[in-house]
Amino acid sequence: MSSLVPADLRYAKSHEWVRVANGIATVGITDHAQHELTDVVFVELPAVGRTVAAGEACAVVESVKTASDIYSPVSGEIIAVNKAVADNPALANSEPYTGGHFFQIRLSKPAEVEGLLSPADYSSQIGA
Amino acid sequence: MSLQRTVLYHAHQQLGGKLIEFGGWEMPVQYSSIVDEHQCVRRAAGVFDICHMGEVRVDGAGAAEWLNSVLGNDIRKLAIGQGQYTHLCNEQGGTVDDLYAYRIASTEYLLIINASRIEPDVAWFRAHLPKPGTTDVTFVDESARLGAIAIQGPRVAEFINALFQGPSLAGTTVTAATELKKNQIGAWKWKGEEIWVARTGYTGEDGFEVVAPATIIEDLWNQTLAAGHTVCIQPCGLGARDTLRTEVCYPLYGHELDEITSPLEAGLGFFVSFDKGEFVGRTALLAQKAAGLKKRSVAFRMIGKTAPPRPGYPIWSNGVAVGTVVSGTQSPSLNCGIGLGYVPPGLAEPGTPIEIEIRGRRFPAEVVKKPIYRKA
Repeated sequence: MSSLVPADLRYAKSHEWVRVANGIATVGITDHAQHELTDVVFVELPAVGRTVAAGEACAVVESVKTASDIYSPVSGEIIAVNKAVADNPALANSEPYTGGHFFQIRLSKPAEVEGLLSPADYSSQIGA
Repeated sequence: MSLQRTVLYHAHQQLGGKLIEFGGWEMPVQYSSIVDEHQCVRRAAGVFDICHMGEVRVDGAGAAEWLNSVLGNDIRKLAIGQGQYTHLCNEQGGTVDDLYAYRIASTEYLLIINASRIEPDVAWFRAHLPKPGTTDVTFVDESARLGAIAIQGPRVAEFINALFQGPSLAGTTVTAATELKKNQIGAWKWKGEEIWVARTGYTGEDGFEVVAPATIIEDLWNQTLAAGHTVCIQPCGLGARDTLRTEVCYPLYGHELDEITSPLEAGLGFFVSFDKGEFVGRTALLAQKAAGLKKRSVAFRMIGKTAPPRPGYPIWSNGVAVGTVVSGTQSPSLNCGIGLGYVPPGLAEPGTPIEIEIRGRRFPAEVVKKPIYRKA
């Protein structure tokens, strides 16, 4: 099954994506990740105001079969979470890059974004 | 150790099955999605690869007596062509395995054992065989020669007779497979090979398990998918098998049962026959019964929206950790978290409030009557 890897995003090896605008990063899981998980039944989001470091586990996504940690690809303060995906976890499957995003973070180290995978690099990682 | 593959490995790959490790085997966990396959079995029909499971054949004039000395249930209850759920217990009353025993001929028995337990079971059986020359018992491990598939769901009866035509040739005498009653088994021929068809399953739905030589399993699998096309049969993986069995509270070895847990503690005392005479573990099980059980298996349901409970999560009651979850998932039928766990007997009554600890926080749940899911 081929997975979507939008060209305007950056990616983490652990299958999160980041969209950056005005120093704020929106974070979610990739289309490949939601395919692998299938049937997302629960999403646990971080508290707003929490400060996270790049690579820190700060959310959990649960499929029928298993619970998986979600790692923040970048450092900063969580300024908003997507309540819609907590209320309707299937959004992580149906709209992984839009309505199914997880949280927004104010970047404390904007340079970290440059260290994330490009769409081409992520595509080759997942063999897409 | 490299993983074993069933004869259906390439079929699973072609069908897009996602393969995982299970009990030393590389098996499909899902093809489309666990929820999709689960609903398909609850509403219509699904087919499962269960070739990883083991088969042993016991034959001879002394077979029944010997089996009764190692198994918990009373094998003498079986008419020819009938099967029963039973346990292999150790001297302490712990469970070596849970299995199905079929009487396929007057003195011949077919046992279906768990994939992860083939080696320990076969070693256990062999160690307990009668001394050579004392009584006529032949024990053969057929696990490598035989394979099996499970065809499950309320609409299976609509096409099963198209697969196995004509009357049965051994076991229970019937003119068609759909005449088999629950736990009955009959033999048919498939391209010249003897196959055994039993009306049983692990999903809580009507259905059949078919045991056949591994050489013809792929053909059987393909013909099942073709015959079931009219009811939209789907291949189903271990993920759906687990959610289906958890909803109806069927035990899974390594979760509800293990070598330090007795069938009594697991709530399976109905399948232990104390009045049939001596069998391995009987003394310990009677002592357990007399002294009172230390733990009991319970089914529970999460209250409200929570993350799904998982095996290993602690169970709490009144601020005290009292037990452990052994099976847990999100129920696709009920759309809530469900599970099975062990608690002290005083907390086993349906309606008892408990809490499940999920990632360091406790969430309310309630002990419920088994099965958790019952067909409307």
